[in-house]
Amino acid sequence: MFSDRNWLWWTICLGALLPLLNLGLDIAGHSLGGNPIQAVHIRLGDWALRLLWLTLAITPLQMLFNWRGMADYRQLLGLYSWFYASLHVLGYLLLDHALQWAMIFVDLVESPYLWFGLAGYLILLSLALTSTKAAKRKLAKQWKPLHRLIYLASVAAILHYYWQLKGNLAEPLWYVSLLILMFAFRVVSYLKSRLIGRLLLPRGRAS
Amino acid sequence: MLIKKPAVLTEANVTDSKIFHSRRSIIKSMLAMGSMAAMHSVPGLAGEFPLKSLRNCDQDYDQDGFCVDSAIKPTPIDLVKNYTNYYEFTYNKTDASHAAQLLPTRPWTVEITGEVEKPQTIAMDDLLKRHPLQQRIYRFRCVEGWAMVVPWLGFPLAELLKSAKPLSGAKFVKFTALQRPDIMRQQQSNAILQWPYVEALRIDEAMHPLTLLAVGMYDEVLPKQNGAPLRLVVPWKYGFKSIKAIVKIELLQRPPQTSWQQAAPNEYGFYANVNPQVAHPRWSQASERVLGSDWFTPRRKTELFNGYAEQVAALYSDMDLRHFF
Repeated sequence: MFSDRNWLWWTICLGALLPLLNLGLDIAGHSLGGNPIQAVHIRLGDWALRLLWLTLAITPLQMLFNWRGMADYRQLLGLYSWFYASLHVLGYLLLDHALQWAMIFVDLVESPYLWFGLAGYLILLSLALTSTKAAKRKLAKQWKPLHRLIYLASVAAILHYYWQLKGNLAEPLWYVSLLILMFAFRVVSYLKSRLIGRLLLPRGRAS
Repeated sequence: MLIKKPAVLTEANVTDSKIFHSRRSIIKSMLAMGSMAAMHSVPGLAGEFPLKSLRNCDQDYDQDGFCVDSAIKPTPIDLVKNYTNYYEFTYNKTDASHAAQLLPTRPWTVEITGEVEKPQTIAMDDLLKRHPLQQRIYRFRCVEGWAMVVPWLGFPLAELLKSAKPLSGAKFVKFTALQRPDIMRQQQSNAILQWPYVEALRIDEAMHPLTLLAVGMYDEVLPKQNGAPLRLVVPWKYGFKSIKAIVKIELLQRPPQTSWQQAAPNEYGFYANVNPQVAHPRWSQASERVLGSDWFTPRRKTELFNGYAEQVAALYSDMDLRHFF
């Protein structure tokens, strides 16, 4: 699955578990404040979001610094984002709602911010399930368009975050500006390659 | 449950490090009063207002003397002290307990003005001498979806209003909180709310015997982060109605605009009554996380008027609560 497991791969692999370790220590040490259930929930959501942003940052970094073979790290970070998002969802179901399905149903129906979260999670889930080499082979040409849904997932994630806040919007704005920056980079690089492609084409022959 | 407690809270009572140990004695006195407290009524409004269901405990008491009905078991004081929304200082509920310590709560005066026969400015200590304190164990429900139970010390707002003799034109009561941008740092910008913080009640809501002006909690002087020296407590409304650090009370003919209403009129209405049937536009209000509950404890079903429907539903009998949210 992962072709070159070098030191960087292992660093990311273990490093991405540190937030979970830290959370475990905070739970054990009772240092999560007055609403620990919500604190766990927010912490897991934050890390799912951060890892998703890191995943999205890989391609721009690759292009800026001319790195090769970054795809493995992108996959690893993406899977970790899904991992934290899964814990986040499990936390919602188990910790906050103790599997009271009737209450969960009402909450889902009445809370638009959850719709965005759920949409984002379902996308991440489908990307995680199709991240194996076998799935990639099987999906062939459909794999890339499918995995472009990560952009949609990131927009859903930020709306999920923003849509539940009462007032303070500083932190989501920080994520939003990073996201805009990464999107802008892709648009610019796309336009640039298109433009260069056109200029190189002999005129009159392009249909 | 209502306890008349003829105690006067002064600065001498302040012992910051003191943790609430006297719950037992309070509860014992409650038990001693027993059915007498349950049958207590408050004269003053048209007729007598029965307070029998201020959540009298019909069940057993635990070893701390608290009713085993978890719905009215007071939240551990440390949680209440370290989980407050005080946007004048910070947007962080935990940081507020440190940030608010800068607030000078003496000297402090409260101005009562507007449609009253006797406009006046009262010093905090005179206010405390005038009004015997009562303990009220109320449920407190935040619009964000968390809830706690707080034993407040205070006196009915109605007492104070009556002492100023409202005129017949007084239909609304507007409350204004302290404006001190040098201490309350978030007031230096109007990023979320316009300062000072303003809240308001209809006059019948303000005169309702459940509506309390609190000066203490858990048998202590009110901590600064919890709204010292004087805050409003309206237990059947979302917490943001219960304005902290009040400096001015105005009786008005017209409804004033409140801070949250001004910030997001489609999300926060004038009434802000706790109502599980009326969702916030972005999240459900059907359930609440009770602070202090253990892991894997389900959320509590939110009750209409936060469980005080029996006492307050009549105030809204002819109103569409979806429209007047």
